[in-house]
Amino acid sequence: MSIPLPVFIAIPLATAFLLPMFGKRGKDAATIVANLATISLLILAIGCIGKSGVYEIGKWPIPLGINLVLDGLSSLVLLVISVVAAAVMLFSAGYMEQYTAKAKYLSLFLLMVAGMNGVVLSGDIFNLFVFLEIASLASYALVGFGCGHEELEASFKYTVLGTIASIFVLFAIGMVYGNTGALNMAYISKAIQSSGLNAGLSFALALFIVGFGLKAALVPFHAWLPDAHPSAPAPISAMLSGVLIKSLGVYALARVVFNVFGVSLEVGWLLIVLGILSMVAGAFLAIGQWDIKRLMAYSSISQIGYVVLGIGLGIMLLARDANPAWASLAILGGLFHLANHAVYKSLLFLTSGSIEMATGTRQLKEMGGLARRLPFTRTANAVASASIVGIPPFSGFWSKLILVMAAVQAHYYWIAAIIVFVSLCTLIMYLKVQRYVFLGELPENLQDVEENGGSMLVAMIFLTCLCVLMGLIVLVPGMRNSILEPAVRVLTDGLKYSDIVTAM
Amino acid sequence: MLYALCFLLFMIGLYCAVVKKNMVKIVVGILIMEYAVNLFLVMLGFRTGGIAPIIDKTQFDAETGRIAASFINSSVDPLPQALVLTAIVISLGSLALMISLCIRTYEKYGTFDITEIRRLRG
Repeated sequence: MSIPLPVFIAIPLATAFLLPMFGKRGKDAATIVANLATISLLILAIGCIGKSGVYEIGKWPIPLGINLVLDGLSSLVLLVISVVAAAVMLFSAGYMEQYTAKAKYLSLFLLMVAGMNGVVLSGDIFNLFVFLEIASLASYALVGFGCGHEELEASFKYTVLGTIASIFVLFAIGMVYGNTGALNMAYISKAIQSSGLNAGLSFALALFIVGFGLKAALVPFHAWLPDAHPSAPAPISAMLSGVLIKSLGVYALARVVFNVFGVSLEVGWLLIVLGILSMVAGAFLAIGQWDIKRLMAYSSISQIGYVVLGIGLGIMLLARDANPAWASLAILGGLFHLANHAVYKSLLFLTSGSIEMATGTRQLKEMGGLARRLPFTRTANAVASASIVGIPPFSGFWSKLILVMAAVQAHYYWIAAIIVFVSLCTLIMYLKVQRYVFLGELPENLQDVEENGGSMLVAMIFLTCLCVLMGLIVLVPGMRNSILEPAVRVLTDGLKYSDIVTAM
Repeated sequence: MLYALCFLLFMIGLYCAVVKKNMVKIVVGILIMEYAVNLFLVMLGFRTGGIAPIIDKTQFDAETGRIAASFINSSVDPLPQALVLTAIVISLGSLALMISLCIRTYEKYGTFDITEIRRLRG
């Protein structure tokens, strides 16, 4: 075992508990330590590309002990989490100066990262629940970090719905344990293969879909997201929209459906319907918003719909025994969109934070003409908007193109049409942002706003470069084969997961 | 039968969390749901007339080096209890967070009624 998997959880966890000890005077030292932690995680995650392995905690063999599993899907999501966490941590160094208790913020941030890394690496379903709760509890506290009227209200709403989701997941885990007698995902999957789905396991699968769907904010369960994401400090909005809903929601859902329970036609259609509902409803609700962060939050719902649609299409095609190349194309589109959305949506939220810090407002109607005052923010926002809309050289175009190609090849022309139509709605909402924030007349009170320099700028430039270059991941065969293809293969292999894990 | 009662308790908690207007009552509803799930987990390991899952000399067959079959057939499953212990600790954490949010919200708004705490909408 060459890659020490527990370090992905140990580094942020240890740093999180170390930071409050720095106290008020060591604020700068705490910031540097936290940044070092996220950057070292990024380096380790890059080192994990294309590798796979199992780590048995305490050397207990797997039916008895807990294991951590690194495979293609884990390393992809791990890489996405680390990239976004490193950039956002750099941004927070400058942005969080306006809040008190910065060290507490940094330590909650790192706890959230530890939880997400744990969810992605865990090979044991109860352990997945524990890490899910670590990440969720840290995020509830971070949403309410400002302690204002709106923050508290949003945080309470998010906490209630998030806790209900966690209880559903725990209930489902109990049902699974009662029916299969195992908690290790590979062993559960074996037990399900030999006995088939009974009523209890189907109920557990339904509970998993509701629980993880609530965490991923799919449309019937989305009520908390448009309140929680705008109320959080901007870097946390970037983390929540960029990676939290994906690693806790979409990743866990995909892992449970593909690798533990096995694909079925009903689940495939259910996810396609949820995905399309999220795409359309999120886009329509976003167009009507006048608060810049709220608009972006609704657009996150719409974009997570794309990811779930791609995965659902893949499940449906696999369950129908259609051409496996179509299924893997659909899943490739979904996963690549997941990575892209993490990068450009966190960049969009960072630019919104930069705008809010410079102007002191989030209302689109109170801004205007900021293109000259905030040139870097403007460029970053334009690149990210072009990316989310799907304008050719930028990253979002490629993932949407793959999704459309998969839908057309499988002869679901109406799905392709909906994908293109929602892209047009996305174009409208981001043109609205460009029009009201950066163009038009500069209001009197904003005549002398200044660009925020330093680490905030570095973080935005880093993510902007990624937005431009992400297309290469799918265009260059070498990068595609090492980053995306293994992740797709994990999902298309489905129930072979249990044999692969027990053999490693 | 017991499982049905446990599920009923879960549904009572869910009803309470979804329907009630008072923040504290919502928290209580969530706790009832958590207790129902914990009870369910403990019941999974329960066995009528079971013994504690601790191996002592009488249950250990020294000649074959194996555990006696009577022990395997009559001991309760210890794993759900470990799970419940973890789940209780986690629910304590979320309870503390929810109650502190309730207190801070009461300081700001002067009420626990969620129909009056409505700054965010749309």
